Amino acid sequence: MKRLKTALRTPWFWGIVGIFLLLLVNTLKDPAYLAIGVNPTTGLLTGNLLDILRVSAPIILIALGMTFVIATEGIDLSVGSMMAVGGAVAMETLSNIGDPTSVGAMLTAIALAILLAVLLGAVNGVLVAVVGLQPFISTLVMMLAGRGIARVITGGQNTNATNEPFRQLANGQILGLPTSFVLAIVIVLLIALLMRRTALGLMIESIGINPHASRLAGIRPRPILIAVYVLSAGLAAVGGLFSVSEVMTVSVSGTGNQMELDAILAVVIGGTSLAGGKFSIFGSTVGALLIATLNKTVLFLGVPSAATPAFKALVIIALVLLQSERIRSWAFGRKPSARKPSGPERPAVGTGNPVTKEAVA
Amino acid sequence: MSGSRTLAEVVPPAPGLPEVDQAPRGLWSRLWERSQTLLPTLVALLLLFGMLIYAEIAYGRVFHAGTISSLLVSFAPTIILAVGMTIVIISAGIDLSVGAVVAFSSVAGVMLMNLGWNGWVSIILMIGFGALFGLIAGVMIQYFNVQPFIATLAMMFLARGLASILSTTPVVAPEGSPLLLLATDWKLIDGPKVNDFTITPGLLIAIVVVVGAVFFMHRTRMGRTVYGIGGSESSAQLMGLPVAKTRVWIYIISGALAGLAGVVYTAEVGGKAQNVTGIGWELDAIAAVVIGGTLLTGGAGYVLGSIIGVFVIAALRLIITKDGTINPEYLTIITGAVLLAFVLLQRALTSRRKQ
Amino acid sequence: MEPTAIVEVKNASITFPGVKALDDVSFRLLPGEVHTLMGENGAGKSTLIKALTGVYRIDSGEIVVGGQVRNFSGTASAQAAGISTVYQEVNLCTNLTIGENVMLGHEVHGWAGINWRRTHELAAEALGRMGLGDLDPRAPLSSISIAMQQLVAISRAMVTDSKVLILDEPTSSLDANEVEVLFTVIRRLRDQGVAILFVSHFLDQVFAISDRITVLRNGQFVGEYLTRDLDRAKLISTMIGKDFESLRALGSNRQTEARDRSATPVFAAEGLGRKGAIEPTDVEIHAGEVVGFAGLLGAGRTELARLIAGADRADTGTTRVKGKKVSLNSPVAGLEHGIAYSTESRRDDGIVGDLSVRENIMLAVQARRGWLRRVPAKEIDALVTTYMERFSVRPNDPDRPIRLLSGGNQQKVLLGRWLATNPDLLLLDEPTRGIDVGAKADIQETVAELAEGGMGVVFISSELEEVVRLSERIVIIKDHNKVGEVINGAEVTAESIVSIIAAESEEEASEVLAHEGGALAGTEGSGS
Repeated sequence: MKRLKTALRTPWFWGIVGIFLLLLVNTLKDPAYLAIGVNPTTGLLTGNLLDILRVSAPIILIALGMTFVIATEGIDLSVGSMMAVGGAVAMETLSNIGDPTSVGAMLTAIALAILLAVLLGAVNGVLVAVVGLQPFISTLVMMLAGRGIARVITGGQNTNATNEPFRQLANGQILGLPTSFVLAIVIVLLIALLMRRTALGLMIESIGINPHASRLAGIRPRPILIAVYVLSAGLAAVGGLFSVSEVMTVSVSGTGNQMELDAILAVVIGGTSLAGGKFSIFGSTVGALLIATLNKTVLFLGVPSAATPAFKALVIIALVLLQSERIRSWAFGRKPSARKPSGPERPAVGTGNPVTKEAVA
Repeated sequence: MSGSRTLAEVVPPAPGLPEVDQAPRGLWSRLWERSQTLLPTLVALLLLFGMLIYAEIAYGRVFHAGTISSLLVSFAPTIILAVGMTIVIISAGIDLSVGAVVAFSSVAGVMLMNLGWNGWVSIILMIGFGALFGLIAGVMIQYFNVQPFIATLAMMFLARGLASILSTTPVVAPEGSPLLLLATDWKLIDGPKVNDFTITPGLLIAIVVVVGAVFFMHRTRMGRTVYGIGGSESSAQLMGLPVAKTRVWIYIISGALAGLAGVVYTAEVGGKAQNVTGIGWELDAIAAVVIGGTLLTGGAGYVLGSIIGVFVIAALRLIITKDGTINPEYLTIITGAVLLAFVLLQRALTSRRKQ
Repeated sequence: MEPTAIVEVKNASITFPGVKALDDVSFRLLPGEVHTLMGENGAGKSTLIKALTGVYRIDSGEIVVGGQVRNFSGTASAQAAGISTVYQEVNLCTNLTIGENVMLGHEVHGWAGINWRRTHELAAEALGRMGLGDLDPRAPLSSISIAMQQLVAISRAMVTDSKVLILDEPTSSLDANEVEVLFTVIRRLRDQGVAILFVSHFLDQVFAISDRITVLRNGQFVGEYLTRDLDRAKLISTMIGKDFESLRALGSNRQTEARDRSATPVFAAEGLGRKGAIEPTDVEIHAGEVVGFAGLLGAGRTELARLIAGADRADTGTTRVKGKKVSLNSPVAGLEHGIAYSTESRRDDGIVGDLSVRENIMLAVQARRGWLRRVPAKEIDALVTTYMERFSVRPNDPDRPIRLLSGGNQQKVLLGRWLATNPDLLLLDEPTRGIDVGAKADIQETVAELAEGGMGVVFISSELEEVVRLSERIVIIKDHNKVGEVINGAEVTAESIVSIIAAESEEEASEVLAHEGGALAGTEGSGS
C-alpha cells in the first residue's frame, strides 16, 4: 500500500496513466488500434504503436535537453529552432553531396548539424553564464535568430535530399522498433549514465537548488551552465535530424515549430520542477511519450490538429497549478509554511539569474 | 560578568541629528543619477536620428509628411502593444502572449461580426477577450506563484491554438462594419501631390493610449505600485500597497491593449483577420521596450521611452524596405540582434551602477 | 492608575506543521513607552510581530487594538488599525524617490491624478519632524545611506499618525552614531505618546532604550519586567531557561604560552582589499591559532573573510599560503590551497536544501575532484559516518534532505563539509548564529579542538563574548578598516574590544588597550 502511495505521489506515474488512458480511448474507437502487422513490401512491422514510438523520438530528445536546462533554473526556448537548424544543415549537406547511398554522406550531414547546433548552444550558454542574461530572453532571441539561420542555410527553400541511410533513421527498424526511437532511447541511457555515474548530475542539481552555495563549495558554475545549453541544442539538432528524416525534407518554418512547448510540457509532466533542482530523466521520457501519444490520438480521433496547442497549453496550466504550493497544501490538507495573504516573492521575469557575472567573480 | 558598556554609553550622544549625509544635488548630479536608465534611451534616440538621416541621404523622401505619417499609422498597433509591455516589464514581469492574443481577438471579433453581431459590440468584445487572457495569466502569476514567462507562454499557445481552432483561413469583416471606420484616412495637412500628412482614428487611439498610460504610471497610486513591485515586491507589500490587485490588473491591461491593438490592426488591413497574425509581435514589443530604456529586471523605465523604441524599429523596417537588397529573412535576426545589443548595454550599465 | 494598553494580545496561539510557534501568549503594550520583546531564536518573537502586523493570522485568542478586537486580513488592515512597522532590512522601494516612499498610500490626489508638488511638501514635513528636513524628497531612495533609509521608513510610519510603532531589529546595520540618532528619534516619539515595540538581540541597546521587557521562550510568555528592575544576568537566564553561571563554565581557550611568531604562517596577506568592502589590510594566521574577527555588522569582517577564501576577488594585495604566493580569485582556488569558508548565512549560501545530508557533506570534496570522477561510495560513507557521529547530527539519517534539519544540525553538517576537505585554514562566519545553546557549545568545543590539532581558524561572531572566549588573537575591524589586533590575555574583555571600536583615534585605542594590558599588534607590542 505504501508503495502505491509513493507511486501516486510521483508525477510521472500520472504520465503513464495518461498514456494508457489515451490508448484506451483509441482502442475504444477502433478495437484493432493496437494491432501490429507486417508490411508486405518492406517486411517491416507496422502499427499505430510503432508510429507513436517513431514520432516520439525527437520529442524524447528535446525533452532530455530541456530537463537539464530547467534543472539549473533556466529555460531554452530555442529548441524548436535548433531542430530546424539541424534539419536544414542535414538536408543542405546531403543535397549538395548528392550521393543517395553513401553512409559517409549521412555521417557528414549528422556531424555538421550537431556541430552548428553546439556552437549556437554555446552562445546561449555564454550569454547566460558569463554575461548573466536571463535565460528566457537570451534563448528567445536565439529562437528567432535560429529560424533565421535555418532560412539562410537553405536560402529560404524547403530543401529536400535523397540519402537512403539517412532516411532509414526514421523509416527503418531495429528489432521491430523504429530506428529513431531505439537511437533516442540509447542516447537517453547514455546521458543518464553520464549524469549519474559522474558527478555532473549532482552538480547540475546543486546549482539549480542553490547556486551561491554550490559556487562556494567549489563547483564551477560557468562550465556546467554552458554545458547544459550546449547539450540542449545538440540534442535538439539530433531531434531535428530524426524529424526531417521521416520525409527527407526540411521545412524552415514548420520543422520544430512550437516544439518548445512539447519539451517544457514533457519535463513538467515528468516531475522536474520549473524552479530548478532535482530532475528526473525517466520522468521526462515518459512525458515525451505521453505527448507523442497525445499527438497521434488527436489525429486518430479526427480532431483538427490546430486544436492540440490549445489543449497542451491547458495541460501545462493545469500541471503548473498543481505543482504550485497553494494547490498542494489545499489538496493535501496541510497549511502552507508561510501564510502570507498574497503573492510570489522571487524575481518574476523568467528566472532569477542563477549565476551573475558578479557572483562568478 | 562585568557589564560591557553599551556603545551608546561609550559614544557621546550627538547634539541633535547630525548633518544629513546627502551629496549636493545640483542639476548635473541629478541627471547623472538618472542617466543609468536614461542612457539607453538617449542611445536609442541617437540611433533613431542616425538611421533617419542615413535613410534620407540614401533613399530620400524620408522626412516627408507622407512617409512619416504612413509609418506612424502602420505602427499604431505596435505602439499600443509596447505601452502594455512597458507596464508589464516595469513590474518585473513579461507577457509573451500579446501576439497570439491579437490573432485570437481579431479572428473571434471578425467572426462575430460575420455572424451578425453588432460591430461596436464586437469591437468591445475583442478588447474583452484580450482582457480575459490577461486575467487568467495574472491570476496564475499572482495567486499560484507561476513564473510570468511560463504563464504567458502557456497563454500564447492557448490563444494561438484557439485562434486556429476558430479558423485557419483568413476571415474578413463585412462591408460597412464600424471596424473599418477606424482606418479612415484623415488628411491633416494637404501637401503637394501625395505628400500629405494623413492619420487615422487608429493612430489617434494609439496616442490616447500613450497619454493614458503616462498618466496612469505617474499620477495614480496603482501606477506607482507597478514601479514599487518592480523595485522590491516584498517592500511594496509591507508598505501596504495593493500588490496583488495591481499585479492582476497589469496583465489584464496588457491583454486588453493586445485586444485593442488587434482592433486597430484589423481595421488597418481592411478587416481581414487570420490565425497567423501577430507571430513575433511580442518580440517587437519587448525590443521596443528594452531599446527605450526600460530595465528588463523591472523597477525603472518610461512609456515614452518605449515609443522611441517603436520608432527605432520602424526606422529599421523603413531602411530595410527601402534598401530592397536585404533579405526579409534577415529581419528577425536583425531585430533580435538589436534587442540583444540593448540588453547587453543595460546589463553593462546596471553592473557598473552596483559598484 | 495604570494607563490602558493600546495593544493587547490575549491568549494567542499560532500553530505551523510540527511546531506551535505561539502558545497561549498574552502581551500588552502601553502608549508612551518603549517595550522590548526578547527571546532566543525560535522563541516566538517574530511570529508575534507578524501576527501584529497582519502577516499571519492567529489560530486562537484575540488581538485588541485601541479597545477593538481586530482580525487582520493583511498588512494593509494592520496599518489601518494604526500599527506601523519598520523592519531590519529597510522595506522600502529603492527605485522610488524618498518622498514617494514616505507618502505612497497616502498621496495627495487632485483632479489630474496625484499632486506631486503637494505630496512632496507633506513628505518634507514628515521628514522634518524626524529631523531629516534637509533631505530632498525628489531624490531616489538609493541615494542615501541605509541608516537614513531606516529613518525615512520611520517617517513613513509616522505620516499616518500611528499609535503603535514596531521596530524589528532596527540597529543591525547601523554604527554607533547612527544608533544614537535612532534612539533620539525613538525617545522623541515615545514622549509624544507613541507606543513603541522594540525587538533586538543587542542586550546593551535594549537596556539603554527600553522601559519594559517581555520575554518569550519556546513560543510561550515567560514574563514582563520593568527594565530598571532587571539585570542582564537574570534576563539571559530567563531567556534561555538556564543558569547563567553554567554558560560561563564553557571554557575559554587562551594560549598562555607565547606563540612562536617566526614560523611561517599558514596564511598571510599584505594589502588585501576590495573597493567598497574592505580597505587594504594585512593579516596573518598561524597553524593552530584561533584568530577572531571582531566588529559591528557591516564593518568588513565577512568581506575580509570572503577575500581570504577566494569567494570574492580582491582588487589589491598579495596572498601567501604557507609562504608561497598564490592567487585566490575563486572559491575553487581557495579550496585548492586548503582554505575552507563556512558562510554567514547557511540558508542563502550554505545548505543545498533539497540534497541529502550525505550529498551536502561530500559536495566540496566532490567539487575538488571534478565532475568526471565520482567520489567512491565507500569513501563517501566513511566521511558521512565520521562527521555525523563527531558532531552528533540529529536525526541520524544521511539521506534526509538537509532543509528538514534544525539550524544547529544544518550548521554541523556544513562544518562536516568543510572539514572533509582537510583544510589548513578554516574560516567560520557566525557559526553559532540562530542555533540553540547546546549546539553552540558543541561548535565552540570543536573550534578549540581543531586549533589544538594544528588547523588555523578564523572565528567571526557578533557575540563579542564568544570571540573573546575562543580567540588567541583578535583582529578588530571597523568601517571597512582593520583598526588593530589584540593579543588575547586575561585582561582583555568584550568591553575592551568595544572601547577600541568606539575609540575616535588610534592613540585613544592604544591608550585603552595599554590600560587593560593588551597590545595593539602592528605597533610591535605583539609577541608576549
